[in-house]
Amino acid sequence: MVLLPAEREALLLSLKISTVAVAAALPFALAAAYMLARTRFPGKTFVDGVLHLPLVLPPVVVGYLLLMTLGTREPLGAWLLAHLGLRLAFSWKGAALAAGLITFPFQFRAIRLALQSLDGGLSEAAETLGAGPFDRFVNLVLPLALPGIVAGAITAFAASLGEFGAIITFVSNIPGETQTLPLAIYSALQTPGGEIEAARLSALSIALALVGLTLAELADRRVRVLIGQ
Amino acid sequence: MTIDIRLHHRFGTFELNAAFAIDKPGITALFGPSGAGKSTIANGVAGLFRPAEGRVVLGDHVVFDSQSGIFLPPRARRVGYVFQDARLFPHMSVASNLRFGWRRAETRADANEFARIVDMLGLESFLARRPAKLSGGETSRVALGRALLSSPRLLILDEPLAALDAARKAEILPWLGRLRDEAALPMIYVTHALDEVARLADSIVLLRDGRVDARGAAFDLLPDLEFSNLAGTTPLGAVLAAKVTVHRDDGLTELAFDGGALFVPRLESSAGAVLRVRLRAEDVMLARVAPEGISANNVLPVTVAAARVADDSHADVQLLCGATKIVSRITRSSFQRLEIKPGMAMFAIVKSVIVDSR
Repeated sequence: MVLLPAEREALLLSLKISTVAVAAALPFALAAAYMLARTRFPGKTFVDGVLHLPLVLPPVVVGYLLLMTLGTREPLGAWLLAHLGLRLAFSWKGAALAAGLITFPFQFRAIRLALQSLDGGLSEAAETLGAGPFDRFVNLVLPLALPGIVAGAITAFAASLGEFGAIITFVSNIPGETQTLPLAIYSALQTPGGEIEAARLSALSIALALVGLTLAELADRRVRVLIGQ
Repeated sequence: MTIDIRLHHRFGTFELNAAFAIDKPGITALFGPSGAGKSTIANGVAGLFRPAEGRVVLGDHVVFDSQSGIFLPPRARRVGYVFQDARLFPHMSVASNLRFGWRRAETRADANEFARIVDMLGLESFLARRPAKLSGGETSRVALGRALLSSPRLLILDEPLAALDAARKAEILPWLGRLRDEAALPMIYVTHALDEVARLADSIVLLRDGRVDARGAAFDLLPDLEFSNLAGTTPLGAVLAAKVTVHRDDGLTELAFDGGALFVPRLESSAGAVLRVRLRAEDVMLARVAPEGISANNVLPVTVAAARVADDSHADVQLLCGATKIVSRITRSSFQRLEIKPGMAMFAIVKSVIVDSR
């Protein structure tokens, strides 16, 4: 199947938005997971709940909330535009933000699980060998949690590719800017005679998913070999 | 370097209240049944656990003192710790595991020392391997090397053999003996296995219910009936230091100890070497008169110091051979027939002498 320029555009845009979404959410997911897996503080259950919100809220609501805070006429959105030159509404960056937010819990949960299942004894051993907290985090916790981090990133990436509601609500459906594969399929279906186009785009999505799953499996194996599991 | 340990802590109904000192290099066995508080002491000394009260001094360094509020974290104590489950880092090669503590040591041992320890523990052939690819015995040796290379002031071994089967234990014991003799390092060896104590310990701290019940030199305590009473074990026999004096033409080597001489099949150690020798209580027979025409090579004149009936069938007799304590385990029937009493002069016939390899 030879891709039409518009199809290639939607595909590349989807990949770009998902990559940025996952990469931007990762540090936050890691920090939140570490905080919840390794520390105790009052209100922990509440924080845990809030971090899971994107998973249970309708994506349209998330998109709406983003529009209400980061739209160019809202105070925060206007400030970002004026001071950082960052326009999120109706831009692919906004789409990445929406996708990153929606898929944040996937990364957060996978990393937290990995951190919780780490053997605390190894950390003790590292301590008796002279390693301080940061040293242990970098040289022990991170590498050993790598399978969880990779698994979370892959799940989040896959979910980002399929994100629809939050993106269309926050940044609309602009070809070449915010029209990812699902949005392109939706547009095709809205167009009279667009059924074939919708079918082609759907086939592309399925192929993408299969390639993604295979790569994920390979990545997982590679990482486990790397950390000696 | 003197190591002073005093710890007090309450866990529900269990109270740990133990104090002891170590004043020379070598292995101090922290010996006692499960739940006696051995590992808690080890963790308190290493800083993995903070006792309510107490003081831990390693030479000139106070690493814990509840009165002045000093509590150094484990990484600042320079206490090497060999865990029962080894705890090698699975994502690193054996070499990286060994270098982990070495790199972070305050006074890093030089490359020669690194090579020496790798050689001493026989780690050369699997430096590039991951821990998952090591056998149980190899894993223990790597854990030992990793702790040693962090240049510790004190080495703690927490039941390092407990997870190993008998064959692996036999494989690792000589390495531990070698470590004791070559490292010139104070070591605390936590164990509930008396045979490991007999094989390795220079001194013993007997722990029960969180308290120190007995402490002293292994040579003194192991053949002591009172000690085996306290420890709740059958007496293992005598442990003694014996010096190789001469390799005789008849194929025997003569070993001199404080109280006489022992003859064993030819050893490879050169004259002057001091060996650790064990006489198991079961291997010591008693006679009222000097036996004649027997095959045993070792007949020692002894004095009965104490005796007790151990159970329905056995009796233990504490003997003195010069200044050296020996124990004989005989049947109760023989004990009564020979009318053994303290003060009696007898002859101990030693059926076999165990020489622990160096």
